[in-house]
Amino acid sequence: MSDSAAVEAAKHGERASQPLLQVRDLRVHFGARTALHDVTFDLFAGETLGLVGESGSGKSTLARAILRLVPAGGGSVLWRGRDLLSCDSGALRELRRELQIVFQDPLASLDPRMSVGESIAEPLRIFESRLTAAARGVRVAEMLRRVGLAADMMSRYPHEFSGGQCQRIGIARAMILRPKLLICDEPVSSLDVSIQGQIVNLLLDLQRDDATAMLFISHNLAVVRHLSHRILVMYSGTLVEIAARDALFSAPVHPYTRALLAAVPPLPAGRDPVSREPTQVEEIRRPVVGESAATTLPSGGCAFRDRCDYARTICETKVPLLENIAPGHWVACHRARELVS
Amino acid sequence: MLQTLRVENLNVNFTQRAAAIAAVRQVSLSVSPGECIGLVGESGSGKTQVFMAVMGLLAGNAVAEGSVRFGEEEILGLDRERLNRVRGSKLTMIFQDPMTTLTPHLKVGEQLAEVLVCHSGMSWNEARQSALRMLERVRVPEAPRRMSQYPHELSGGMRQRVMIGMSLLCEPALLIADEPTTALDVTVQAQIIELLRAVRAEAGMSLVLISHDLAVVAGLADRILVMYAGRIVENAAAAELFRQARHPYTAELLKCIPSLSGPRLERLPTLRGQPPRAGEELLGCAFAARCPRVAKRCRAERPLLQDGGNGAAVACHYPLP
Repeated sequence: MSDSAAVEAAKHGERASQPLLQVRDLRVHFGARTALHDVTFDLFAGETLGLVGESGSGKSTLARAILRLVPAGGGSVLWRGRDLLSCDSGALRELRRELQIVFQDPLASLDPRMSVGESIAEPLRIFESRLTAAARGVRVAEMLRRVGLAADMMSRYPHEFSGGQCQRIGIARAMILRPKLLICDEPVSSLDVSIQGQIVNLLLDLQRDDATAMLFISHNLAVVRHLSHRILVMYSGTLVEIAARDALFSAPVHPYTRALLAAVPPLPAGRDPVSREPTQVEEIRRPVVGESAATTLPSGGCAFRDRCDYARTICETKVPLLENIAPGHWVACHRARELVS
Repeated sequence: MLQTLRVENLNVNFTQRAAAIAAVRQVSLSVSPGECIGLVGESGSGKTQVFMAVMGLLAGNAVAEGSVRFGEEEILGLDRERLNRVRGSKLTMIFQDPMTTLTPHLKVGEQLAEVLVCHSGMSWNEARQSALRMLERVRVPEAPRRMSQYPHELSGGMRQRVMIGMSLLCEPALLIADEPTTALDVTVQAQIIELLRAVRAEAGMSLVLISHDLAVVAGLADRILVMYAGRIVENAAAAELFRQARHPYTAELLKCIPSLSGPRLERLPTLRGQPPRAGEELLGCAFAARCPRVAKRCRAERPLLQDGGNGAAVACHYPLP
């Protein structure tokens, strides 16, 4: 790694250790449309990075581009120093065992004709092909137990399980190789609220036991708040804010982050027995107009400018770049410094 | 006082592979003029099917029994022609995904105008003008231009505004909104909640808001009904419900909603187990297997919805105080 990249990495994560994953200027085009604009961030070992944004903001595209499930149009994805985007298919295959993904729709991501045991054993058949069938069976039974399902469920088929159980199965399949990074793409969004907590807690337990790093993608800010160390906010294919969890929720800076937090419908007081001071978000609570337009990206300006109360002339002409406004806190807004004070 | 809507002892059964599956069991509820009720429950709780039965929109393999009175008229089991006089004009319903309810090959203006031509007998010219005024009323930006656009040319939030506008054209006495914001982004959801609040105040109509999200309902509803496994388990004034839920299911559900404020948690609160399977017949309370307050009686005897005064009711042998 070059010196300048190391310096930049240290700035982003404010850590001395080498990041596991370094995404630099990652860009994805779908036809004429740019879905991801020069996305840059680091992810450290054991860290949970929350990625929030609305539909069409590029969250899932980012996850898929990291894993080379969609082709990148530029930039680099360094996984422990090796570029995933430029390595050959053999090397990529070996590296992929360290990076796994859990998808939103648990039923759709399981093969309906494969028993649950076969689905969970699939990564072992590919990456640990010398294991005997009996040894695989032992590993699958152990993994089922870890995700809270009975070992004798391995001969059943996905349609026999509820949504929450299917998500446990998807997690078992992703975790059976003990990956170093687990990407979770809206893993609880299709589940009922009474089931969501079970799945989030399961992920936290597995992460602690295996020291797995996690990129947790969600549109649900409250879920992300409870499990992330740091948070990335995306808007229209661009990272607009990077901050440690507490900084992001108590003192968000980017007007879009503020709007996003303010839009979450509050539960009436009385539910939460803990009395508290109003947060800055509530003080600045105001509805934001319009919607993000994934198809008509403004060229040469800030993507949020048409919905932004703070937009100035410069926002029409110049793309704001991520700027360091406090230790570990990065904001892509021309008026970030004014908004902090 | 004559209720806008009164549902009594409603049962909805689906026939599947020659077996009957009960989706709605003994549901009774009423909506007063101008009132907003929120109907809350998780997937499969039967909340949508209650109002599909009210609207006469149940699937072909479903049968509804009981009584549904809209104003003075019994509308359950009405033939299509008589039902069509009521629904679409005085009784309207909007759904989660406006793309599936708007006609894809008709321009927005034509779809809205058609409602008025059919239900109010307006001329097309008058109807188009009323349609334009309605788009403005539901704050569709650049309304004149939208009139000649097709649904796919509009954003999700704008399509939901169009649907709300369409449902209001004939000045309904009751609007039923089934998960109207679930498919929308959170910033757009906030706009649609605000719009529903405004049009309800302007039109003085009754509103039923069906949602899995208590926080969405909280901002609008006067009264909240909670469903679990096909039955109403709690009915309370919204403020009262959030102050002190009495059914353990409601209380546990509220605890499970992760919060943006308050202390950060190392683990999220959970509700153990999962709801009974669709149609599963249980001797006692359907929530017994997951309930922190469960006692022997709960597994043997089903609790009835008991009136607790002030219009509140709870179906639990051991409700929270």
